[in-house]
Amino acid sequence: MENKLDTKYTYTEKKDTRSGFGDGLLEAGRRNENVVALCADLIGSLKMGAFQKEFPERFFQMGISEANMIGAAAGLTIGGKIPFTGTFANFSTGRVYDQIRQSVAYSEKNVKICASHAGLTLGEDGATHQILEDIGMMKMLPNMTVINPCDYNQTKAATIAIAEHEGPVYLRFGRPKWPIFTPENQEFEIGKAWKMIEGTDVTIFATGHLVWEAVEAEAILRAEGIYVELINIHTIKPLDTEAILKSVAKTGCAVSAEEHQFNGGLNDSIAQTLIRNQPAPLEFIGVDDSFGESGKPEELLEKYGLNAKNIVEAAKKAISRK
Amino acid sequence: MEKNSTEQLEAICSQVRRDILRMVHSCQSGHPGASLGCTEFFVALYFDQMTNNPDFNLDGPGEDLFFLSNGHISPVWYSVLARSGYFKTSELKTFRKLNSRLQGHPATEEGLPGIRIASGSLGQGLSVGIGAAFAKKINKDDKTVYVLMGDGEQQEGQIWEAALSAPHHKLDNLIATIDLNGQQIDGPTKDIINLGDLKAKWEAFGWEVIDTEHGNDMSGVVKGLEKAKSLLGKGKPVMNLLHTEMGYGVDFMVGTHKWHGVAPNDEQLENALGQLKETLGDY
Repeated sequence: MENKLDTKYTYTEKKDTRSGFGDGLLEAGRRNENVVALCADLIGSLKMGAFQKEFPERFFQMGISEANMIGAAAGLTIGGKIPFTGTFANFSTGRVYDQIRQSVAYSEKNVKICASHAGLTLGEDGATHQILEDIGMMKMLPNMTVINPCDYNQTKAATIAIAEHEGPVYLRFGRPKWPIFTPENQEFEIGKAWKMIEGTDVTIFATGHLVWEAVEAEAILRAEGIYVELINIHTIKPLDTEAILKSVAKTGCAVSAEEHQFNGGLNDSIAQTLIRNQPAPLEFIGVDDSFGESGKPEELLEKYGLNAKNIVEAAKKAISRK
Repeated sequence: MEKNSTEQLEAICSQVRRDILRMVHSCQSGHPGASLGCTEFFVALYFDQMTNNPDFNLDGPGEDLFFLSNGHISPVWYSVLARSGYFKTSELKTFRKLNSRLQGHPATEEGLPGIRIASGSLGQGLSVGIGAAFAKKINKDDKTVYVLMGDGEQQEGQIWEAALSAPHHKLDNLIATIDLNGQQIDGPTKDIINLGDLKAKWEAFGWEVIDTEHGNDMSGVVKGLEKAKSLLGKGKPVMNLLHTEMGYGVDFMVGTHKWHGVAPNDEQLENALGQLKETLGDY
């Protein structure tokens, strides 16, 4: 599908965000010899092959033993290493929650938990693998930073940035080829929201793959005379509450959008921020207390109400509630 | 530093046992049973076997590292760390109390010297030791990583992921020990989930396995650790099966799971302390 919308964010190429992780990991490894990587039998899926090839002595194949992988990653930090673990988001979080809680988060270990195939857009594999609770689990852990970049370029930049950040990080990305619409070699500042488009009528806060859906929604709304302020929340924790409050003070209402359950994700975080500071109408785009299923990514976003059209409707509803 | 004699090490054990009992009694909580049973092992490690630096560096370059997987036996570890100079023995009185660095289970949050990672939720320590052993290999640091686990803890699945992993990666700078006291909270381990032949199991996973038959005999414990060390550097990790008695050193606590997580009352404490000589001065 070619992008014919009138927007300053366009694309000529699609690429998976997991490739952004793989390329970012290789670059981080070249910049810092303390960067090491562990993988639980998913080198191809996580695009970790280039790192493994260039730094075989700094790469550990851990097999299908995710709990052991998380513990070993925690141990590697004792000795100054910066371990990046790679597996699917489901096995990076729910399967190893207690290992992350005790050995990584509570122990304040400098482990980077890198999780692919998150959300509905994993597609055909279905609900067993489509985790929609991971952001919630990870953001509840004290000391944990949670990052969910939106395209190849942002994922690559985020991967490089977290290597330079001291402390545990959960980095979430995905499987499908997705538009590349953010700048190459961008600066990635952890915890700093990115105002992509200025607007006056409604703010859309989006994270991950849904930032692209929000870009499309903004163009549709603008054609109808509704001016959206679009904010890319790549870091869910720590949340840039200042940017959120400033924008909603101007627009008076908001939509938040993510590939995650309503419970526990970005939506929750935005709602808490608004309610505790300056209540304003807020509409949620996400999955409402259900598991996913098999299907193509775009079919799933359509069925579960997470695409650009749904964001347009949610924005209008938020405005009507002002 | 001059090497401690077996008699000197035994004298330290007596004091450590007093510390354990007084700490647990003071807050009326904690785990005295396996702490008492592992006293010889900890004293042998910190006062005889390990190359370690009480001027604590969390990364531990150029030193042997110890990880406690069964974190509930924190009283014995805290006592041994204090007695070997990591922090003042007077701090032992804060054990399990509000605002203490001596948490119920070991933690790093408040920076207690000697603790490198939190433990208590079982099954995780061997994996951590594997990671630390990887780091030593990458750093070309020839020192050893030690891990202690409980026997009941062998029922955790993660242990067996780690058991497969260490020999595959040829981690011959790792000595794991299992405290085989045969007891767990609900009763004798053989009645809860029988571990069967642990020696055969670990050998089948590719480890060098030794038995330390008398885990409460200081010279036996030292010999066992020396044997374990002699097997390092040969392409395999080493497993030390340490046969201990839970509650050792106090006649009414020995050999039963009943003192796994129960504190003595005033009378019981007095009775127990009467059986243990104050060799280094109570804290």
